[in-house]
Amino acid sequence: MAFESLSDRFSAIFKKMRGQATLTEKNMDDMLKEIRVALLEADVNFKVVKNFISDVKEKAIGEQVFQKVNPSQMIVKIVHDEIQELLGADQTEIHYSATLTTLMLVGLQGTGKTTTAGKLGYYLKNKLHKKVMFGALDVYRPAAIDQLKQLSEQIGVEFFTMGQGDPVKIAKAAQQKALETGIDVLILDTAGRLQIDEGLMEELRSINHEVHPDEVLLLVDAASGQDAVNVANAFNKDLHLTGVVMSKLDGDARGGAALSIKYLTGLPIKFAGVGEKMEDLEMFHPDRMADRILGMGDIVTLVEKAKENIDEKEAEKQARKMMDGDFTLEDMLKQMKQVQKIGSIGAIAKLIPGMPKLSDEQKDAAEREMKVFEAVINSMTPYERKHPQVLRYSHKNRIAKGCGLTNADINRVLRKYDQSKEMMKQMKQYQKSGKMGRGFGGFR
Amino acid sequence: MGLFSFLKSKFAKKKEEAPAEKAALDTYSKGMEKSRKNFASKLDELSKRYAKVNEEYFEELEQILIESDVGVELSLRLIEETLDEATKNKISEPKAINELLVDKMFVGYATSGESIQNELHFAPEGPTVLLVCGVNGVGKTTTIAKLAYRYIRQGKKVLLVAGDTFRAGAVEQLKIWADRLGCPIVTGKPESDPASVAFEGAAYANQHGVDLAIVDTAGRQQTKSNLMQELSKISRVLSKEIPGAPHETFLVLDGTTGQNGVLQASSFKEACPLTGIVVTKMDGTSKGGIILSIRDTLGIPVRFIGLGEKMEDLQEFDLDKYLYGLLLGEKSDE
Repeated sequence: MAFESLSDRFSAIFKKMRGQATLTEKNMDDMLKEIRVALLEADVNFKVVKNFISDVKEKAIGEQVFQKVNPSQMIVKIVHDEIQELLGADQTEIHYSATLTTLMLVGLQGTGKTTTAGKLGYYLKNKLHKKVMFGALDVYRPAAIDQLKQLSEQIGVEFFTMGQGDPVKIAKAAQQKALETGIDVLILDTAGRLQIDEGLMEELRSINHEVHPDEVLLLVDAASGQDAVNVANAFNKDLHLTGVVMSKLDGDARGGAALSIKYLTGLPIKFAGVGEKMEDLEMFHPDRMADRILGMGDIVTLVEKAKENIDEKEAEKQARKMMDGDFTLEDMLKQMKQVQKIGSIGAIAKLIPGMPKLSDEQKDAAEREMKVFEAVINSMTPYERKHPQVLRYSHKNRIAKGCGLTNADINRVLRKYDQSKEMMKQMKQYQKSGKMGRGFGGFR
Repeated sequence: MGLFSFLKSKFAKKKEEAPAEKAALDTYSKGMEKSRKNFASKLDELSKRYAKVNEEYFEELEQILIESDVGVELSLRLIEETLDEATKNKISEPKAINELLVDKMFVGYATSGESIQNELHFAPEGPTVLLVCGVNGVGKTTTIAKLAYRYIRQGKKVLLVAGDTFRAGAVEQLKIWADRLGCPIVTGKPESDPASVAFEGAAYANQHGVDLAIVDTAGRQQTKSNLMQELSKISRVLSKEIPGAPHETFLVLDGTTGQNGVLQASSFKEACPLTGIVVTKMDGTSKGGIILSIRDTLGIPVRFIGLGEKMEDLQEFDLDKYLYGLLLGEKSDE
């Protein structure tokens, strides 16, 4: 994920700080210096960084952290709160109008407007069951219209073009057509332009004036540098933007522009592009992003992903069984399969708070291990799966032959099963004493 | 003589003498208007606010550098070196400090990595192959069109190879350029293996006496290891048909990119040996400081920069002109 290396930096800084017996103004200053460099290297706007650092310092002094029992944790909390403030507290939805909703995508060249149009179309059609139409207003870049048309065919939404005509007229005609044909959402894909290109900015102003889009969304590349804020300001001044879409968050760009734009312009980040496939568009959740930046994982996204992919009734049954201590090998296998549906081990690990980052080899090993589990459990009789305590040496020999693995593999699976069972017990106790809940996503 | 006065005298003379040089210089100055306004006028404005430099002055200099995407580490180093030399030579006049800083930037660029001629290095015989790569949306295809235009005008027989079989509309986009430029193009089926398209392109170049084959590739995020491997494969496959190919591999970099540019360059360099960088969209950005950062950490030279939408707006990267462009703002009030 994009913020990984920023979160790595933060983890390292905090870890160092926790290692110190006392917190003094001096070592807090050192830490703030490191945070400053980390933020700047992540392309957070210079002015934002400056305010950020002075705010954190002020709050730390104001709350008299030095006298508190656990000063370094206090600082971490202050930093966390500040980052969340930068990103804005609330998640912002698209505003749908009662009849036709018109979305217009604008931005510099190459920020991903056309691709995002495709992803938005996919999202609106498949998740919200809207009737969607694309309007092709990029009459300048060669084959841009073609690209949008191909995407519309790929995801199965309507497509409107008038070739290389006047974008203002095309926009009006597209809107007319959308109204006539009962379209729910019209997505206008405009040509990329520089914010200083007067002629092209005038064209956008005219389109804006003629079709009154419900949403004007600015595309911002996650890898943009310090200038991103100026770009956002210029587009906002001309068009009264309603929000920002961050594209290419799947690279290793640290997306500091995201932090800065919300803070300096007040524009909410509504979506984030996280991959090349049409389904790779996520709603932007500022609170979760703050946790992710600080290396605290993102348990909420994990739960949601799980919800989308897991049979809820089955999951509930499993959870009850787990808590009752009635947890068999079969259940463990089912659980693992459910997890596989959510995503790869590596992707899931990133979302779990406190989970160390996995190397590629570790991920591969984990996936291989899953296969071993499956093979071993499948080679048992149903009775054995429910009552693994009956397994003796001779049973194990038979199972080993059945799955083509060794007794050691079988023992490993059984050990893992015992551990899981033990963990379930502990979780149950936690739950009883009320230690879970928020604390799970809290600070390490 | 300081670097700044050197540049001034160099270009002042040129302006009177060679009209062609002057035209090129004008494109630079015009294209970089915004960069200049930000960088130079900030330096200038700063030097006017201070009669003598102090700690705050250097802090503000640091801010100007960072805001130009020069990068934290390099910015801090440049400031430190400037401060050291200023202290040593007892320089405290703001303008002189600024010149000292620009001097450091120049020397830093010129000495970190080999100096290289910007124009493509053509193979002594047979077709020369240029592979073009980069992350999504940096302007690879447009840059390829501009490079093709440049070498067609120099009388070369140019071939375009549509190696981006992934993005919707990418092949069509390159086809339109091939039509406009009147040069041949080799394309594959959508979703086909880009390496096989590259191979066909190389074979075509061999058979048809092409001087320069420019191979387009799909935009890819440098973190996707499978896509980076695909790029390595394209690079390898080319050499099977034409020994020594690709003779040049350019990374295209968006001029508005921040510090991620360094990561991009280093990852792409790992996947295929880069011989140069093309920085695009330099006309709109106030930045491009990332050029210095990349040169500093990886030693890869910038060969061309994109200064506008027209075909002629791809210019050789000339450090002197670049810095002169950056500093032109100051010249006007002297």
